[in-house]
Amino acid sequence: MAELTPLLKTEHLTMRFGGVVANDDISFTLQEMELRCLIGPNGAGKSTFFKSLTGQQTPTSGTIAFRGQPIAGKLPHEIARMGIGIKTQVPNVFNGLSVRENIWLAARRKATPNGLPKLVASVLDLIRLTSESERIVATLSHGQRQWVEIGMVLAAEPDLILLDEPAAGMTDEETLRTADIIRDINQSRAIVVVEHDMAFIRLIAKTVTVFHQGRVLIEDTVDKVLADQRVRDVYLGKKVAA
Amino acid sequence: MYHRLSLIAQALAVGLAAIGIALAPGYLEIFTLMQVTLFAAMAVLSLSLAFIWGYGGILSFGQTAFFGLGGYTYAIAAINFQDSTYGILLAIFIPGLFAAILGYFVFYGRISDVYLGVITLTVTLILFNVINSTSGDEYHIGTAMLGGFNGIPAVPTFNMPFDPASPLSPEASWWTTGSMLLIVYLGLRLLLASPFGRVVVAVRENEVRASLLGYDPRMIRLITFIIGGAVAGLAGALYVNWGAFVGPTIFSLSLSAEIIIWITIGGLGTLLGPVLGCFLIQYIVASIGSQQTFNSNLVLGAVLIIFVLLLPKGLVPTIRDLALWLLAAKPGTGRSVKAELNAASGNPHPVGAP
Repeated sequence: MAELTPLLKTEHLTMRFGGVVANDDISFTLQEMELRCLIGPNGAGKSTFFKSLTGQQTPTSGTIAFRGQPIAGKLPHEIARMGIGIKTQVPNVFNGLSVRENIWLAARRKATPNGLPKLVASVLDLIRLTSESERIVATLSHGQRQWVEIGMVLAAEPDLILLDEPAAGMTDEETLRTADIIRDINQSRAIVVVEHDMAFIRLIAKTVTVFHQGRVLIEDTVDKVLADQRVRDVYLGKKVAA
Repeated sequence: MYHRLSLIAQALAVGLAAIGIALAPGYLEIFTLMQVTLFAAMAVLSLSLAFIWGYGGILSFGQTAFFGLGGYTYAIAAINFQDSTYGILLAIFIPGLFAAILGYFVFYGRISDVYLGVITLTVTLILFNVINSTSGDEYHIGTAMLGGFNGIPAVPTFNMPFDPASPLSPEASWWTTGSMLLIVYLGLRLLLASPFGRVVVAVRENEVRASLLGYDPRMIRLITFIIGGAVAGLAGALYVNWGAFVGPTIFSLSLSAEIIIWITIGGLGTLLGPVLGCFLIQYIVASIGSQQTFNSNLVLGAVLIIFVLLLPKGLVPTIRDLALWLLAAKPGTGRSVKAELNAASGNPHPVGAP
């Protein structure tokens, strides 16, 4: 049987900013329906990696293939239309519009005119903002804005979802809920999650990739990665050792 | 409920405006009617920038480039065809086309906001200088002499569509200009309520997010800019019809600046505000001009400073906020009313543009 085309495959992906090498020779493969966690200390190159994947920057060298199609250097809207959705690290929402309009704008690209109101309603329900749906997003709390952005990513129904620190600024209860939602949407699509919260990682992760100084340090199951001495040294320290 | 009330109120206001336009000649002297016709033509120009700046987040310092092009296009076409019908159509089409070409290089070249302002300003100056230096017999398009700094005098004014033999009376001219203003206002309102309009505002709000959702911000901005150019061109034709004359000062920078003042005073991010601001400021300037006691530019400057300091949001948003505040002060209804009115009024939000 021929090998299946992976959903996402980067080869020798390198991104330099002047003298700084933010991503160095990253080869990363993600299969359809996979859930992958990406961890690493600040400055390890995780967000830079996401920016290359979504077209917000053009990598210095290397290739990115989405279902076999090269996407490195394509524009963000072209990549988004191919089916990659991202929740960025800093909430990136339409601050001056209402919650409903935010979700609606994300949903209407793909949804049929008949299915659109239903999809918007179901996403509002999922992110538990139905009662706040007419509020202007700028007036919401940080945690709620995170939810709005997650809702937008879901409403666009992409095949690959990139989540950059989805649980940041959330309460414990909301974090658990986020984990539930992530496991739920993983039933039908692939997800890559960047997180620092180890408890959260343990809740959702199967395979974990560790970035360190722009390179892939190790990629293995969550238990093996969290037990790895190098990982502890560069990043986790005493927090996980306990 | 309140959404419906707001719609009814808006429909009533439009109806009243239409009646006002229809009845005005019966109540106004001919001189006043001519003045109001001028104000209405300028209000169309004001709307063109109100749309691209207030909703598209594109601050063009050179909206008069399209206004002037519209004016000249109308004049040249009207002289050549001796029928204003084609003139008006071309005065919308040519500036729209020019906006498409200019906008293509600006937006697809990823030129940022500040430079967009500089480029539009420069284009206006270039057009002024080009037209200003066409004062020889060799500069003509068809039978229309461009006339350089003297401009083109005796431009045929509007006639009944496809009937050059029956020119419009001043009253009919007012009806045309007034209803054009109303049509442009309603057209932009509907456009903003449409899915495309929501995307235009989304791109203004957050270009990165819009592109990550699959919208091409360059394309959205370009279309917005073209619509603004076409509307400004129409305003140019209405203006030339009013004065039966067009000269290179139509490209003047002071007019470009004045549009920005109208919008700032009326309220950026609204459509009604810029129309009111335009009428108000032009009325003030015209009154001062006839009295000769004050310098009108001095008063204009003072008015602008007062507004920026005391009512930085402009007239219409301030009045709206006040009304919302009064409604919200009633216990029980507050929050939901405010939310619904916010949703209904189209764009109550702070504008991301400078």
